[in-house]
Amino acid sequence: MKKHLDLHAAYQPQSFSFRSAEAVKDILSRYPEGRARSAIMPLLDLAQRQVAEDGAKANPPYGGWIPRAAMDEIARIVGQPPIKVYEVATFYSMYNIEPVGQYLVQMCTTTPCMLCGSDNIVKACQDRLGIGLGETTGDGKFSLMEVECLGACVNAPMVQINDDFYEDLTPARMVEIIDLLEQGKEVPVGSQTGRLNSQAEGGGTTLKDAKVRKSGT
Amino acid sequence: MLADQDRIFTNIYGQESYSLDYAKKRGDWDNTKDILAKGRDWIIEEMKKSGLRGRGGAGFPTGMKWSFMPKESPDGRPSYLVINADESEPGTCKDRDIIRNEPHKLIEGALIAGFAMGAHKCYIYIRGEFYNEAMTLVKAVQEARAAGLLGKNAAGSGWEYDIEVHRGAGAYICGEETALLNSLEGKKGEPRNKPPFPAAAGLYSCPTTINNVETIAVVPTIMRRGGAWFAGFGRNEKNTGTKLFCISGHVNKPCNVEEEMGIPLKDLIEKHAGGVRGGWDNLKAIIPGGSSTPILPRSLCETALMDFDALREVGSSLGTAAVIVMDQSTDVIRAIARLSFFYMHESCGQCTPCREGTGWLWRIMQRMVRGNATVDEIDTLLELTKEIEGHTICAHGDASAWPIQGLIRHFRPEMEQRIMEYRKLAA
Repeated sequence: MKKHLDLHAAYQPQSFSFRSAEAVKDILSRYPEGRARSAIMPLLDLAQRQVAEDGAKANPPYGGWIPRAAMDEIARIVGQPPIKVYEVATFYSMYNIEPVGQYLVQMCTTTPCMLCGSDNIVKACQDRLGIGLGETTGDGKFSLMEVECLGACVNAPMVQINDDFYEDLTPARMVEIIDLLEQGKEVPVGSQTGRLNSQAEGGGTTLKDAKVRKSGT
Repeated sequence: MLADQDRIFTNIYGQESYSLDYAKKRGDWDNTKDILAKGRDWIIEEMKKSGLRGRGGAGFPTGMKWSFMPKESPDGRPSYLVINADESEPGTCKDRDIIRNEPHKLIEGALIAGFAMGAHKCYIYIRGEFYNEAMTLVKAVQEARAAGLLGKNAAGSGWEYDIEVHRGAGAYICGEETALLNSLEGKKGEPRNKPPFPAAAGLYSCPTTINNVETIAVVPTIMRRGGAWFAGFGRNEKNTGTKLFCISGHVNKPCNVEEEMGIPLKDLIEKHAGGVRGGWDNLKAIIPGGSSTPILPRSLCETALMDFDALREVGSSLGTAAVIVMDQSTDVIRAIARLSFFYMHESCGQCTPCREGTGWLWRIMQRMVRGNATVDEIDTLLELTKEIEGHTICAHGDASAWPIQGLIRHFRPEMEQRIMEYRKLAA
C-alpha cells in the first residue's frame, strides 16, 4: 500500500527547479491550449527522473522520487492549486513520494507470476539484500517492493528494476542480477533464458517462414 | 492452425525490426492514402462487415462504436481518438508485443480510425511500467511524422492528424475507459458515471472514442484484405477474425500467439504452448480470459472454444484472451485469493461497495486459504460478491466478484475440505 505523503519530513528539500526548460515545454506542447493540467503526470515523471540522475551521482546513492517542492513547482507551471498535484502524486503507485534506493526492485507476485514461483524470487531478493518489503539497503543501492501484475505474464516470473523488465527468472539468476547491478555491470534486459520476447522456448510454432516475416505475406 | 499468410502480426515476436523501413516491407503504410480516399462511411461499413469486436475485454462491435461519433461538430468541439494501451489485466501481455514490435500497425490504424471518426488528434495512453515500449512507440511516431505519414497532410490524404503518447503511472483502474480519460486530463484515475458516454462527452468534454491497441492495430489489414476476409475466420458472424492469445502459468512453453477466433482451448495449449506441465491429465483449472474471467475446471476445458459466445456459454468470458493455466499442484484457493488482493489494491476507492467490499473479500479469502472459516461462510462470501457486483460506477467491482464466484461454483468441495482439515488440526 502506498504511504502517506509527508509534506514536512526532514528529507524534503526546500526548493526544486527543472533543469531542462525545453523538456517542460515539449511536455506542455502535447496538450491543447488551456489543458495544461494534463501535463501533471509527465511532469511528475520528469521530476522523478531528474532526482534519479542526481541520486546516481550522490554518495550514498539514491533513486528517483518526487519532493514536495517539485509538486509545488509543477502546480505553478500548470496553473493549478498544489493539492491537485499532490492528489495525483499520491494516487499512482509509480510516483515515489519519499526517497528510495538507486535500484528499485519491483517484484511481481500476482497470480500468473505466483504460479511460476514468484514466492521464491521474493525470498531470494530478501535473503540476498537482507531487507524486507518497502525497505532500502543501508548503502542506498536497493529498495524492495511487491507490485501488481506488470504485464509480462508469459515470461513469468519477472521483476522490474527501474525502467527495465527482467523475465523468465530463477532465484539463482535473480541473485546474480543483483550482484551485477551492485558491481555496476550491465545486465541484459528481458528474458534471462535467452528466448526471444514472448515467443515459445525453442523457436515457437508459428512464423517459421522468413519470407512471411519480412514481407507480411 | 492459422496459416502464416493469414496472420496480421507477422513480427509479433520481434524477429525483424519495428522501424518504418521494415514495417513498410511487411506491408504497413501501403497506399494508406487510397484507403482514406474511400471515405469515412466506407471505412466504417468495412469495419462492420469484418465483425470485429473490441479486443480490450468487453467485446463491443468496433464499427458500431465508431458510428456513434458525430458526423459534424455542431459546436466547434474537436473529436478525439484515445487508444487504451494501459494493459494491466493479470495474464495479459499482447498489446506490449504490438507496441514494441509492430508499432506502425498501431499508428497506421490510428490514422484510419481517427479519420473515420473525424478526429485530428489521437492520444495513446500506455501503462507507465512499459517505459521501454513507450520509447519505441514515441520513436515510431516520430518516424511517421518525419515521413509525412502524420502531420498536416497525413500520408498525402489531405487530412491533418497527429498522435501523442501519454504514459500512465501504475494504476490498473486507468484501463477503464472513463478513468483513463480522467487520468489523461491530469486527474486521479477515477471512473466517470455514464451517461454521458464518451462519444458525446469524453476527453476534455469532447466527442471521444476509446479503443484497445489490438483493435486499432488490426484495422489496416482489415482495410487492405477486406472486412469479408476477416469475417471468414471464426465460428460465426459474432465471433470473427484472428486474435492474439497469451498463454501463461503451468504450460511447458508459455507464449503469445495469434490464432483463429474460436480455436479449442485444448488445441491452443497443446499446439502452441507445449501442453500442460505433466500432461493434459495433470490439468486442474484454467482462467481463460484474464484475471476477472471466472475459472474453468478441467472438465469444461476439454471442449471449451476460445471465443466470446462459447466461453459465455460455459459461464466465463473471453476477456482479453489471456489463458492462465493451473496444474494439479496449484492451490486454487490461494490463486484466486491473490486476485482478490489485486482487486483490493487496485480499487480507486470511489464507490463504497468496491472500496470496502474488495478488502472484505480479501480478508475472508485469506481465511479460506488456511481453512480458518465455517462452511456457511462460503455462502456469506458468495452473497458478498453479489452485493458488490452491479453496484458500482465501473466494472471493477464486478471483476472482483467474478473470480470468487467461479471458484465457489467449481471448487466448493475443495474449500469445504480445507475447512474440515483445519478444524481437525485445531481440535
